[in-house]
Amino acid sequence: MTSRSYTVALAFTLLGVAITAIGHAIGLFVAPAEAMMGDVGRILYVHVPTAWNAMLVFLFGFGAAVASLWTGRRRWDAWTTAAVEVGTVLTLLLLVQGSLWAKPTWGVYWTWDPRLTTSAVLGAAFGVVLLLRRLIDQPARRQVATAVATIVAFVDVPIVYMSVRWWNSLHQTQSTPKTIDKMMAVPLWVSAVGILVLSIGLVIARWRTETARLAAEERAPDLPDAPAPLHLDQESR
Amino acid sequence: MNVGRAVVALVAKDLLVEWRARAQLVALLGFSVVVLLLFSFAVGPDSTLLARHAGGYLWLALLLASTLLLARSLQVETETGALEALLLAPVPAPAIFYGKALANTGLLVLVAGVALPVDLAITGAAVTGGLLPLAGVVLLGAAGISAPGTFYAALTARVAGRQILLPLLLFPLIVPALLAAVKATSLLMEGDPMGQLGSWMVLLLCFDLIYWSLCGVLFERVVET
Repeated sequence: MTSRSYTVALAFTLLGVAITAIGHAIGLFVAPAEAMMGDVGRILYVHVPTAWNAMLVFLFGFGAAVASLWTGRRRWDAWTTAAVEVGTVLTLLLLVQGSLWAKPTWGVYWTWDPRLTTSAVLGAAFGVVLLLRRLIDQPARRQVATAVATIVAFVDVPIVYMSVRWWNSLHQTQSTPKTIDKMMAVPLWVSAVGILVLSIGLVIARWRTETARLAAEERAPDLPDAPAPLHLDQESR
Repeated sequence: MNVGRAVVALVAKDLLVEWRARAQLVALLGFSVVVLLLFSFAVGPDSTLLARHAGGYLWLALLLASTLLLARSLQVETETGALEALLLAPVPAPAIFYGKALANTGLLVLVAGVALPVDLAITGAAVTGGLLPLAGVVLLGAAGISAPGTFYAALTARVAGRQILLPLLLFPLIVPALLAAVKATSLLMEGDPMGQLGSWMVLLLCFDLIYWSLCGVLFERVVET
């Protein structure tokens, strides 16, 4: 398990980067420009796959959190952490891409679009889980806290989306699923698979380091209860 | 002891603790009033603008007051080791959660009872939709804050930096409840020509049902480790 999981993680990561590069090459040079947005619309090939994969990674994290709470096994704790971390990074990337796309398209960096707002709330909710994890020293309590906070945050996702959609219903111009050109569907799906493989590689790598960290933590000797009393006369000698 | 009686006893205990330390409760009420005043100062003396945002101010004041209230309600238990004694008592752990969450809901409603008249007075808004529906919104909204709030307060009770961690965990989570409560309150203040109040109440109710059951189930694991 030691170095093999790193090899697997590296293989997935490199394969993911390669597939994503192919998808983007098709998307940038072969596929036709989007009718309404022109070349700006090509961000679609990275933006939509990022969104899909962020949700998939969080879904996996939710499953891992349930397993971690249920079994109490340390490896599920590591899987939960790995997934929440990669998912949070993907969400932050999603927000940056969304803002970059929104500026030339809508004229603003930020708008209260339901999906955008939901992503922001999601990023905050899962990011805080990682912070919470950092602040708890005791392994058993940290595992439970990570798992329950992940479960509670994940359950919130559909409710946030519903509420923001209703809240913003007056300004919302719901984009209809348009029949897109075949040469646009191909790079979209290739990139989606590429980013999925890349995400799997990153989650495995993070799982491996987290497992090593937890094991090292368990092996480490306990700190002495209190520092030995300091005698001033000894020091002056 | 059956669960219902245990919950009633725990609510009574929590309210008694609050009553004995009522100076702190008064300070909390004062805090919510000061927050309302600050919102008005930030916006300026434009009365139409203030009246239009009266619902939002009320809920933000309640939300800010709730983080103080929630943190204290669990700190009282952990500081003296009372939580361990409570867990040793022959009551199921969910009863402890529901007792605390109900007591916190009651206290939040009390804060709202003080903050609402102040809010109406300084913003010049009026409750056109009737006080009874508004009381319903306040109750559901307070319940929506206090269930995940009590849960996270228990989760962070022994963590360093809990003062900042509790609001950080709570605020993103309760966005739907806050949106629904603010919208429903504003509709009751400004009139509801489109008949949207019902759907916001349903959303609030769904949020409450989901988190009152989920947190009740998970609470045992949080306090036992």
